[in-house]
Amino acid sequence: MVAEKAIMDMTEDHNPQHDGDCALHYEENLLWEKERSDSPGVDLPEPQGTPSRTGVAERGDIGLPQVSEPQALRHFVRMSTWNYSIDHGFFPLGSCTMKHNPRLNEKVARNPGFAHIHPMQPESTVQGALGLMYELQEWLAELTNLPGVCLSPAAGAHGELAGMMTIRRAHEQKGEIQKRKIVLTPDSAHGTNPATAVTCGFEVRNMPTSETGILTMEAFKEALYATDPDGADIAGMMVTNPNTCGLFEKDIIEIADLLHEAGGYFYMDGANFNALVGKIRPGDFGVDVMHINLHKTFSTPHGGGGPGSGPICCTEELAQFMPVPTVIKNGDTYKLETIEDRPASVGRLKGYQGQFGMHVRALSYMLSHGADGLKRVSEDAVLNANYILRQLEGDYFAPYAGQGPCMHEALVTDKFQKEQGVQTLDIAKALIEKGFHPMTVYFPLTRPGTMLIEPTETESKDSIDRFITVMKDIANEAKTNDNAADHFHNFPLSSPRRRLDEVKAARKPQLRWKTA
Amino acid sequence: MAETKYTEDHEAVYVDGDVAWVGITKYAQEALGDLVFVELPEVGKALSKGDEFAVVESVKTAAEVYSPVDGEVVEANDNMPDDLELIAKDLADGGWIVKIKISDASQLDGLMDEAAYQDYLKTLD
Repeated sequence: MVAEKAIMDMTEDHNPQHDGDCALHYEENLLWEKERSDSPGVDLPEPQGTPSRTGVAERGDIGLPQVSEPQALRHFVRMSTWNYSIDHGFFPLGSCTMKHNPRLNEKVARNPGFAHIHPMQPESTVQGALGLMYELQEWLAELTNLPGVCLSPAAGAHGELAGMMTIRRAHEQKGEIQKRKIVLTPDSAHGTNPATAVTCGFEVRNMPTSETGILTMEAFKEALYATDPDGADIAGMMVTNPNTCGLFEKDIIEIADLLHEAGGYFYMDGANFNALVGKIRPGDFGVDVMHINLHKTFSTPHGGGGPGSGPICCTEELAQFMPVPTVIKNGDTYKLETIEDRPASVGRLKGYQGQFGMHVRALSYMLSHGADGLKRVSEDAVLNANYILRQLEGDYFAPYAGQGPCMHEALVTDKFQKEQGVQTLDIAKALIEKGFHPMTVYFPLTRPGTMLIEPTETESKDSIDRFITVMKDIANEAKTNDNAADHFHNFPLSSPRRRLDEVKAARKPQLRWKTA
Repeated sequence: MAETKYTEDHEAVYVDGDVAWVGITKYAQEALGDLVFVELPEVGKALSKGDEFAVVESVKTAAEVYSPVDGEVVEANDNMPDDLELIAKDLADGGWIVKIKISDASQLDGLMDEAAYQDYLKTLD
């Protein structure tokens, strides 16, 4: 009866308010809500007559769920059916590239020679693995034209930290750290950029981006010379290029030149490097140090499938200061360097050598695409984003569309829909209802109600077209529905949980589970 | 009764004698969405024009609130953290966040009146 009721609900008002299972929709309680069985998955004998050696009184039952192995397995598998991933469908999460993770990379990473080695093995027994890391360093150096490569940072923000510590060390070595306290960031920056600068002991100075969404010479000069006529109090600049509006910073060479003249270093947030690979090298437009997200640009899994991996690449000058270890080659032998090999280094930022499994996948991606293939990847990512931008610019406000092509991300806002009371959040929830993962919302902060769409190069035209159709339908619904605000506020209707009351959750959080 | 004045950062200012009652405008409230948190300054804190004196946080974002004048915090709205709906009220009716004793009244001249602020809003977005 429950199932029948549920089907009625779904067909009549698209609302599966069923309290149990229905077709392939599973309701699932918390483990704590399951009836506790007497058959736990692990069956250990009661300890007999063993005195406690910790000095702590023995504890009684602490109320952990007691479930058998199949119960635990089903619990997590059923929960996983509520998830949405890149393997389910289109995942246009701009600002965080979600592209297909080629299965070839997984196959290569499972090679026992890679999968079953240990970081504490003698180096003579893992020469192949070290050789792989060395080759990855060489590829990254070539693609960025920045010869110093350190693979160890664990993810993008960790790479930023490594890069900014490297810049800080350079100023320390020159005896200038006391007077160079300021790091410039544009207001389109990823939030991690100013956070990293502050963590490294710098002050952040904001540079407003223009109406066109990019950094202008005027804004840059004003920030550079604001408190010193020669910019002698500037430690450096952190810029994402292409920026978070999906635009290439076209004055970047002149900006970098002025920054260098003033004695500052240029940190590039490489989160969007996937639009540039094979087309232009950051070292050629003045970048001194940057991080690369292997888990975005080079297709290693992330977003739950991780871990991430955020190597940094830097100039010859800065290479002496970047963290250890990198892989060095002496004759035919590879070796992980230590602080003794490079005493000027900021030191070690990560246990062992970094996320080796991701190094394997990234190099596998590079080798399977080849130099020409990587170039094509960037071109297709940019082409797909521009296709979406042009298809949607009539239905949604596209503030930067008038000035030419975007890079790998298309930016639109809710300006038109807001007139009907429909906002970006409502559009995102409507997308969930219609079977898509939403794009990044309310970022970047340069405009109100932004939606940043990144299709990536791996989507077919058919899948992108379906997304475009749904986005157009949503815009049309917002325009034509007499009561659009209420209509949209109900989305999503068919998801395992309806729209959550985020305000109540934040104002009156229930931090402890209590059984009813 | 004094009229309400506005800043480009969407603070609303109601002047009562030499005290400015400062809150945020309707536009700012709509841009932020429902508030979930407000952090108030200490009474007695000295402020320069443009100093951050409070933080308002919604489910979408967090924003700083800046002082429209030089002065000193003489009162913070202690009711607001427990009743965030207050922010939507008129300044004189409980919607103020702080009261600032004004050091330099001439700074008020730089603020916008209602009509100028409405014109300013049209230039945004």
